[in-house]
Amino acid sequence: MKTSLITFLTFLFVHLSAQDAASILDKIDANMSSKNRVFESSMTILGKRGSRTIASKSYSEGTNRSFTEYLSPASEKGTKMLKLDKQLWIYSPSTDRTIQISGHMLRQSVMGSDLSYEDMMDDRKLTEVYDAVVTGEEMLGDRKSIVLTLTAKVSDAAYHTQKMWVDAVRFVPLKQELFAKSGKLLKQMEMKDVIQVQGRWFPTTIIYKDMLKQGDGTEFKMTKISFDQKIPEHIFSKASLKQ
Amino acid sequence: MKLALKLAYRNLMGAGLRTWLNVIVLSFSFVIIIWLKGVMTGWDHQAKTDMTNWEIGGGQYWQSNYDPYDPFTITDSHAPIPDELKKQEETGEIVPMLLLQGTIFPEGRMMPVTIRGVSPTQSFLHLPASKLDTGDGTISAIIGAQMAKHSHLKEGDYVTLRWRDANGTFDATDVLISSVFSTNVPSVDLGQIYIPLSTLQEFALLPDEATIITLKNAEESATDYPGWVYKSKKDLTRQVDEMIKTKSAGQTVIYAILLLLAMLAIFDTQVLSIFRRQKEIGTYVALGYTKQQVVGLFTVEGSMHALLAALLSAAYGMPFLAWQAKVGWTMPIDASEFGMAIAQTLYPVYSFGLVVSTVLIITITTAIVSYLPSRKIAKMNPTDALRGKLQ
Repeated sequence: MKTSLITFLTFLFVHLSAQDAASILDKIDANMSSKNRVFESSMTILGKRGSRTIASKSYSEGTNRSFTEYLSPASEKGTKMLKLDKQLWIYSPSTDRTIQISGHMLRQSVMGSDLSYEDMMDDRKLTEVYDAVVTGEEMLGDRKSIVLTLTAKVSDAAYHTQKMWVDAVRFVPLKQELFAKSGKLLKQMEMKDVIQVQGRWFPTTIIYKDMLKQGDGTEFKMTKISFDQKIPEHIFSKASLKQ
Repeated sequence: MKLALKLAYRNLMGAGLRTWLNVIVLSFSFVIIIWLKGVMTGWDHQAKTDMTNWEIGGGQYWQSNYDPYDPFTITDSHAPIPDELKKQEETGEIVPMLLLQGTIFPEGRMMPVTIRGVSPTQSFLHLPASKLDTGDGTISAIIGAQMAKHSHLKEGDYVTLRWRDANGTFDATDVLISSVFSTNVPSVDLGQIYIPLSTLQEFALLPDEATIITLKNAEESATDYPGWVYKSKKDLTRQVDEMIKTKSAGQTVIYAILLLLAMLAIFDTQVLSIFRRQKEIGTYVALGYTKQQVVGLFTVEGSMHALLAALLSAAYGMPFLAWQAKVGWTMPIDASEFGMAIAQTLYPVYSFGLVVSTVLIITITTAIVSYLPSRKIAKMNPTDALRGKLQ
């Protein structure tokens, strides 16, 4: 009788914990996902020999379409990147050529940062990809956070497991650790400067760190952001790369 | 004809240094052309032998999506090994290989690689695949010397290897570099890392699948397996053939310059002979030679330069060419950067056909060049020629 009660309570705890976690994921998606977004950003690559900053303007719609134009420095100005479904093209103004990024090149870093082209192409909703379990609570700086362990429920998730620290009040991720199937830590993200935009909480600074690479990571700062805008259809076409 | 040869020989010997200068220049052409052609034949032989030993065996089956020049295809280039071929794998007649794109992180640097899964028990390719079997559960890998140089990895090092499985999920593990091999075939070396086939199949969630199946022996008639395309040895070495064809075409310019120099000297000699030996020409005609016979005599005399040059070439060229065949020619630049199956030292290979064809080409060219100025004799007035009058 006693054993059955313990089993029942354990099951209830796990079930409730999973249910809580699922609702947390929903809230995170509500904050982080949108029909589309337009933002200006600066990406600072913190390397061994100093850092460099690249500014860009991006348009993205859902998980399949995005367009980025680099604004500075002069060496990168005019470089454009278009993602349509699983394909990615880059236009380089110095050569006036558009090349399609494929295969092993997708695994290379974007402009020497800790982000690969693949990372930029993978941005599905968390609730579609992961089952979550609440595994604890921690203070991250002055914010109380809920620690979630996410395990892929679909076979085609980029990362099999994630550990996520979520702001307990605002429901935005404050820190994420992305693991390989083997359990090896591959990437770490820290989110800062959370602001409220159009009724949602959103971190405007993200520090990416590829844990297998040297360097201090890449700081991705959004200087302007707006959600659910009217984006002209021609932006997401190959023709826009050369304009 | 015998008389013409005798006369031609006497006249050439009589000309002394002028003849020997022509012969020496022509003999250089002989030796250099034979040597250059020998180097090309040697390269062809070495490249194909190395490719056979290291990569292509007696031919290959490629999964129908696989195109080594199109990285878009590699993700989908895998299929179960046909049952008939599986039996041959047990007897060591085939080597299946699975290809997967991945990344290594030597010293924290990111390097894209192609991960190749190969059986540690394979024996006919020169890859030291047995080193993949450590026996203690460690995942070991082998890489080529150029790859080791670029990645700064050496035997005994551990490196993190990251890949995505068939579903696109990231996975990573540390692998031990158990051996670094040296090969002249860059496609086996640069950007390639080899791990045990079964391990890669497990990592990639592609059990019993492969991308390339290499055959030990050439098949007389290729068996048609659905989803697989047979590539004969000839198909797989076509790139070498084309490269050698292009290089040979480029070398023809060098041959042409060498021959031009020698032929210019012979042409000048012939023109001078006809100009200075008008009385001799008139005498031949007066003694009953027809003009055509005199033309023939001068043509034979000119052509004999080639024969003398061939003899001189044999005297100093044979030891030189034999020495080169033994020690080879080491290229002054790093051959590994060429991206082709080419050894740093090339050993020339001379065939009987190569020597005979070179001698024939030079002799015929010399005969033509000797004949052209001699045609003037046919237009000469014998009386004026006998008097030595300029015509």
